[in-house]
Amino acid sequence: MSGPGDAGRGGGTDGTDGTDGAGGARAGRRRGARGEQPVVPRAEFREFSSYYGRPVLKRPTWQATDIAGYLWLGGLAGASSLAGAGAHATGRRQTARVLKSGAAGAISLSLAALVHDLGRPARFLNMLRVVKPTSPMNLGSWLLAGYAPLTFAAAASELSGRLARAGAAATASAAVLGPAVTTYTAVLLADTAVPSWHEGYRELPFVFAGSAATAAAGLGLLAAPCAVSGPMRRLAGAGAALEAVALRRMKRRMGLVAEPYERGSAGRLMRTAQTLGLGGAALALTAGRRSRAAAAVSGVALLTGSALLRFGVFHAGVASAEDPRYTVLPQRERMAARGDGTSGRSPAAGPGGAGGPGGGTGRRGAD
Amino acid sequence: MANGGSRGRRSGRARSGGTALAGPLRDVAGDAGHTGHPPRMGFFTDTSVCIGCKACEVACKEWNAVPGTGLGLTGMSYDNTGGLGADTWRHVAFVEQRKPLGGQETGAGHDGTDVFEAARRLGTDAASPGPGATAPTAAAAPPAAPAGEPPPAPDGRTELRWLMSSDVCKHCTHAACLDVCPTGSLFRTEFGTVVVQEDVCNGCGYCVPACPYGVIDQRAGDGRAWKCTLCYDRLGAGMEPACAKACPTDSIQFGPVDELRERARQRVARLHAAGVTEARLYGADEDDGVGGDGAFFLLLDEPEVYGLPPDPVVTTRDLPNMWRHAAAGALTLVALAAAGFAGARRSRP
Ligand code: SF4
Ligand code: SF4
Ligand code: SF4
Repeated sequence: MSGPGDAGRGGGTDGTDGTDGAGGARAGRRRGARGEQPVVPRAEFREFSSYYGRPVLKRPTWQATDIAGYLWLGGLAGASSLAGAGAHATGRRQTARVLKSGAAGAISLSLAALVHDLGRPARFLNMLRVVKPTSPMNLGSWLLAGYAPLTFAAAASELSGRLARAGAAATASAAVLGPAVTTYTAVLLADTAVPSWHEGYRELPFVFAGSAATAAAGLGLLAAPCAVSGPMRRLAGAGAALEAVALRRMKRRMGLVAEPYERGSAGRLMRTAQTLGLGGAALALTAGRRSRAAAAVSGVALLTGSALLRFGVFHAGVASAEDPRYTVLPQRERMAARGDGTSGRSPAAGPGGAGGPGGGTGRRGAD
Repeated sequence: MANGGSRGRRSGRARSGGTALAGPLRDVAGDAGHTGHPPRMGFFTDTSVCIGCKACEVACKEWNAVPGTGLGLTGMSYDNTGGLGADTWRHVAFVEQRKPLGGQETGAGHDGTDVFEAARRLGTDAASPGPGATAPTAAAAPPAAPAGEPPPAPDGRTELRWLMSSDVCKHCTHAACLDVCPTGSLFRTEFGTVVVQEDVCNGCGYCVPACPYGVIDQRAGDGRAWKCTLCYDRLGAGMEPACAKACPTDSIQFGPVDELRERARQRVARLHAAGVTEARLYGADEDDGVGGDGAFFLLLDEPEVYGLPPDPVVTTRDLPNMWRHAAAGALTLVALAAAGFAGARRSRP
């Protein structure tokens, strides 16, 4: 698309820059292989212009292991605090112990990943030099600054058996902040210009909530004896269902920019994550009732699936930022829907090429 | 930030719920808390007169001591810079199009000419005069096209149109980079521009995917984010930015944004009158998704042809809604956990 060979026309309005045919072929192969219903309406036929096929947006500079890992561990920690408090309240000591220490460990690792990803790690504390409601990363830092110590206190009290009253208070407070830690990361991603993140801002928090629930349930299932693992099994089932439903709704609404969730490495990650999540939950709800081994297998599957989901979402966003079609086409459709063919307020008719006012096709069904 | 502008004079239009996250904003610097500040300054880049000399790129690099990006050939016409980034704060785009220049035909098509054949005959006949001669004889010259019509072309697409455009940070009215910056490193100056404080930036990289124009980026080896400052230091000293100073054609014009917008509208009207109907302004409309740009453009084709987004929106416009959905997601998680434990018997320790 952007090879030197077609550089001369890539930037032109006459440049139907080769993406259309390629896109169609890709889509055909992908869907043919699995025979699943396409969630994404096809927009491959749309022509558009780009500047030598170069992306309009800047690719996120974040490292996948750091940031996707941060999202996963944050979700795991938040939901574990919540489930840990439930286990604590219902006297499931073994489960509570693992969930509370899991939350403390996960949030420590996630903070380490966040700091590691900074261009200037030594300046991490600059995150806390202002309180800025328009910055999810800033509010998230404050949230973590409050939440992390609570998880440490809750885990320390649980493991040492000391200061039970303070431990219970910390457990309860961490359970209050935990869900926020779990879903704020969806805002973190959505509050960008990255099409496949931003357009999913309504459903992404629910996807992350469901995924985090499965992760925490997976951790609990690794620890809990079958006799007392009922809540974990139910949490796994409900979490996997929430994740699957929210994801499906998200992709329907997103239209064209849902494609990156189905293609390439992001698509593979998303499919594997869903298989592990739903499969792990099904196993937990069936064989996991009696067999400790089956429960452990499902626990590992749920934890892995939850991690892969974050990596899938991460890579889908990066892929959507790297391809100008995901930036230009939805914006063009938005303009066509407004009846606004040209960019400025100038009434000039666009030149005859693609992408002009005449190039607008019908709206997407999902809109 | 979200409500910091209560004292700023604001236009009442297109504002919902009293949020300053999107929509027109008359007093950008005032909204950010500046008082007694100078007028909002910006750029009007008129690409219709750009000659692609790249003096702006060079002047910017020189004045701001921006590191080099090495020598690379991109194969993208004369653009070997590629695009804006941490080390490129002005970028001149070159677009080659097979279409006639709007209202600017020379009237001399060369499409029937085989240059190699002509070179072989150089100086040997009258139609191909040797060095020193400047014009073919009247008989040998291709017939001139009637004024206002494209030159004769068998397939209708022989003319080359060359679009050049010097891109820069837009210094958005509602700047996503600034909104999402967690450290307060990015800030709004008294001139209404958007600047990174390099001694504060911790390289979190959040501003990079937030910018709807793909302007700001992290500098390799340095870790911090960099972009055009609209020569904040020069402005403070009453000077115009280096690129505007260096531009030989006044393609880059610097001044108070209100004046520039007026000038730009007149320029578009003049171009339209001259037959250049594809001239249009980009980023000059304060009703657009970012509330208008402090640095806006006159383009001769659709924005995406130049690598610009056709309808950019500041992502934080939807932020209140995002938080609402995140809160609902968190409550759903609580409900799931509660339901999971609700039916459970209390376990004996
Ligand atoms: S959002 Fe992008 S274009 Fe706007 S001020 Fe920030 S870096 Fe510049
Ligand atoms: S990289 Fe620097 S300027 Fe950009 S958002 Fe982070 S702290 Fe702010
Ligand atoms: S904007 Fe001015 S300085 Fe820059 S390339 Fe064009 S003519 Fe040259």
